Amino acid sequence: MTYLAKPKFHHPNLPKNELGYTHRDYEGTVSTLCAGCGHDSITAAIIQACFELSIEPHRVAKISGIGCSSKTPTYFLGNSHGFNSVHGRMPSVVTGANLANRDLIYLGVSGDGDSASIGFGQFAHALRRGVNMTYIVENNGVYGLTKGQFSATADRGSKSKRGVVNTDNSIDLAAIALQLGASFVARSFSGDKQQLVPIIKAAIAHKGAAFIDIISPCVAFNNHAGSTKSFDFVREHNEAVNRLDVISSRMPIEVKYDPGTVEIVEQHDGSTIALRKLDADYQVHDRAAAQGFLQQHAARGQIVTGLLYVEKDADDLHSSLDTVDTPLNALNEKELCPGQAALDKFNASMR
Amino acid sequence: MKNTDISDPQYFHKVVDCQYACPAHTPVPEYIRMIAAGRYGDAYMVNWKSNVFPGILGRTCDRPCEPACRRVRVEEEPVAICRLKRVAADFKEDVTARMPKPPQHRNGKRIALVGGGPASLTVARDLAPLGYSVTVFDADKKVGGMIRTQIPKFRLPDSVIDEETNYVLDLGVDFRGGQRIDSMKALLAQDWDAIFVGTGAPRGRDLDLPGRKEAAANIHIGIDWLSSVSFGHITKIGRRVIVLGGGNTAMDCCRSSRRLGGEEVQVVVRSGFDEMKASPWEKEDAQHEGIPIHNFLVPKEFTHDNGKLTGVVFEKVKAEFDAKGRRKLVNAGEPDQHFPCDDVLVAVGQENAFPWIERDAGIDFDEWNMPKVDKVTFQSSNRKVFFGGDAAFGPKNIIWAVAHGHEAAVSIDKMLNGEDIADRPMPAVEVMSQKMGIHEWSYDNQIDLDKRYKVPHRDLGIALKDIKSEVELGFDVELALKEAGRCLNCDVQTVFNAPLCIECDACVDICPMDCITFTQNGEEAELRTRLTAPALNLTQDLYVQDGLKTGRAMIKDEDVCLHCGLCAERCPTGAWDMQKYLLEMTHAGSSCRPPRRSAA
Repeated sequence: MTYLAKPKFHHPNLPKNELGYTHRDYEGTVSTLCAGCGHDSITAAIIQACFELSIEPHRVAKISGIGCSSKTPTYFLGNSHGFNSVHGRMPSVVTGANLANRDLIYLGVSGDGDSASIGFGQFAHALRRGVNMTYIVENNGVYGLTKGQFSATADRGSKSKRGVVNTDNSIDLAAIALQLGASFVARSFSGDKQQLVPIIKAAIAHKGAAFIDIISPCVAFNNHAGSTKSFDFVREHNEAVNRLDVISSRMPIEVKYDPGTVEIVEQHDGSTIALRKLDADYQVHDRAAAQGFLQQHAARGQIVTGLLYVEKDADDLHSSLDTVDTPLNALNEKELCPGQAALDKFNASMR
Repeated sequence: MKNTDISDPQYFHKVVDCQYACPAHTPVPEYIRMIAAGRYGDAYMVNWKSNVFPGILGRTCDRPCEPACRRVRVEEEPVAICRLKRVAADFKEDVTARMPKPPQHRNGKRIALVGGGPASLTVARDLAPLGYSVTVFDADKKVGGMIRTQIPKFRLPDSVIDEETNYVLDLGVDFRGGQRIDSMKALLAQDWDAIFVGTGAPRGRDLDLPGRKEAAANIHIGIDWLSSVSFGHITKIGRRVIVLGGGNTAMDCCRSSRRLGGEEVQVVVRSGFDEMKASPWEKEDAQHEGIPIHNFLVPKEFTHDNGKLTGVVFEKVKAEFDAKGRRKLVNAGEPDQHFPCDDVLVAVGQENAFPWIERDAGIDFDEWNMPKVDKVTFQSSNRKVFFGGDAAFGPKNIIWAVAHGHEAAVSIDKMLNGEDIADRPMPAVEVMSQKMGIHEWSYDNQIDLDKRYKVPHRDLGIALKDIKSEVELGFDVELALKEAGRCLNCDVQTVFNAPLCIECDACVDICPMDCITFTQNGEEAELRTRLTAPALNLTQDLYVQDGLKTGRAMIKDEDVCLHCGLCAERCPTGAWDMQKYLLEMTHAGSSCRPPRRSAA
């Protein structure tokens, strides 16, 4: 970690977004994680994605649990709302916040311990309910804060830094998210921002539960030979199915692609994802095929990355519950307590 | 792009913008750190070794280092490098014991230096301690040349000149004041082993306009007038004064006039205000003393009443640019203007004059009547005769004269040791890691956001009453510490070791200036466009290191790097390190000569 604050000076030719902000305006305080932590790269990718989407920082709520990953919301979007909740309880807090104010953009930041162990149930239910959020798991396969025990996502057969072999089976969070009905599922790697930034942008633009499993090497405890979450291993076994370009609704699509190699996916907010296919046979709208694809490649020791599944015309929890368009926290007493006459009328209808 | 060769001393030298821009290549950040640490004597000696006149330059330097300062590119105003140099001179302890001693034994070689200004004194400083018998001739009784005669005392007190010229003379230099050399032939006949000409550019240009002869009594040549003021021959000037010219001499003339009875002093220049040759801070100082500067006015005529000057007539002009972008001043179509005045000071430039060098003395002159001088060795067509300072290539300033002096001294030393003087010595370079602990560096890497501090000035009412009262008071210790804190330590270099890198992106993410990119290598022009932030400043190099596992290369744009060291602090493997790069020019002496093979 560094003790110095990042100097306020910035590059004189730094680009500005539509709001007149530079990417520096989306930073938080300086990271206190270990030098070289993959999580810091994810932080930088979130900053870049929010900058490119010209998001107003006060429209974002970043919510996390406990762990190295859950510390990171402090390091980005210093002018946004934040809630550092109890271990594994990020999904319930997001669900509650989202129900109370549907107008904010919800970034749920969690780790493999937070989501695959103590908060596994929370993770499952937020996704199956379709809470409109971007659920990011910073997945390093290890308990870094407690000095390097295997987490639930560590692959069977992989070795700890001290040479101990993991005998437990691993949880593939992306595969489970598919099974649970998440309407947007992706996997990426902290060391590949070119892939990661567009995925985060697409997830933020997605209406519904968007889940991103981001492999993020722990330089202190899980970046050695024998690890399957190290920089070297992930780079060698990365099987990217596609690359994304996210085009905002305000910009005309001018990018030219070779025919047949690109699929255009319309998003709910009017923006467009241009999917450049790297695997010609991969079907991004087929949930069952995606599950099979993941399992086949996992059996071969390959890590499938890219946008794995996106549901056309996805919906969220608010649609299922048929709530009003006005955020519930903006409803005043008159609307919430319409009076005895209205209650009597309602009760009468229930007889 | 090819891998950057950081073993080439010029690569990191260029990154230290101030030092690179300085003609004498003074290690600026090195002495600024010493000032911040309160080590004024050490800071003074770093300067003295490199530029010989820290106290004088700390008040008068044209400071080519400051426009080059990286702070200009990341903030706005450069570090006040020049005035920090003065701080070292003002607050140093007694340094006489640290000066070189006169040699115990002379080597029998005799060197004549013509002119006692900064160029000659630098040659004397470099050669005398080596055992050369050095003799300096000057027409004036006191040593210093233009430093003493042309710079007003309110900018540079005599005591400072005395101190620093004495450091040189105390090295056993024979100074012959009041002894003008009028014949090069006669000098050559005295069989010196080498002769150095450092006679400056002593002739002020005149303006041959109607009325010039008739009103001559009240029309003065600027530099001659300044030296008369300096020697106390002139103590008064008329109430209304016009100074013609826009250079630093004009600024010295108008400010001196304000102190000698000039109540309405005005400067009139031909060109626009922005194109004036005077340094911006000298213009500011003049305006601060209530002196207006009128521009786009070309003098046409001196008006007089039976030989008594009454004023100057000017033609109003405007700038026009032809197809090639060259500027021409053309009549603005306005009526001529008459500025009434009692005295005129002409400061429209100065030139070289060598009436004392016979054209058949064996020294070739060019079509502009300037001696033919080698730009590297400073040797003339007579192998024993060298030129330096303004005498070599026309008017520049003190720091250039010092740089010339060092190089000429190297040439003389090599020549008299039977070596090829075209073979120049390499600078001495020291590179050392500054890491002290996990997050500890031996330099202050916290970036101060402070704006440039102003040097306190003496109250104008008091300053204008006494021409010898120094206007600038200099930074006090507290202000000096704050100003020194603005230095970015550009000599502490970011050094990258590719085999250690695991490409975790930590340095890219933490860099406050977006200097670092990991990408596919390419041709420079194209590469510059696809970095994290586009590298548009072509005068600044890209630091390229390939050989990374993914096949990419690390590209760092040196342009706006703050040298904060966060890349090195964030690096988990030590692939980045902060290493101090100290470059010192090699002066005359054994280190400028390659080691001889010994008989054994």
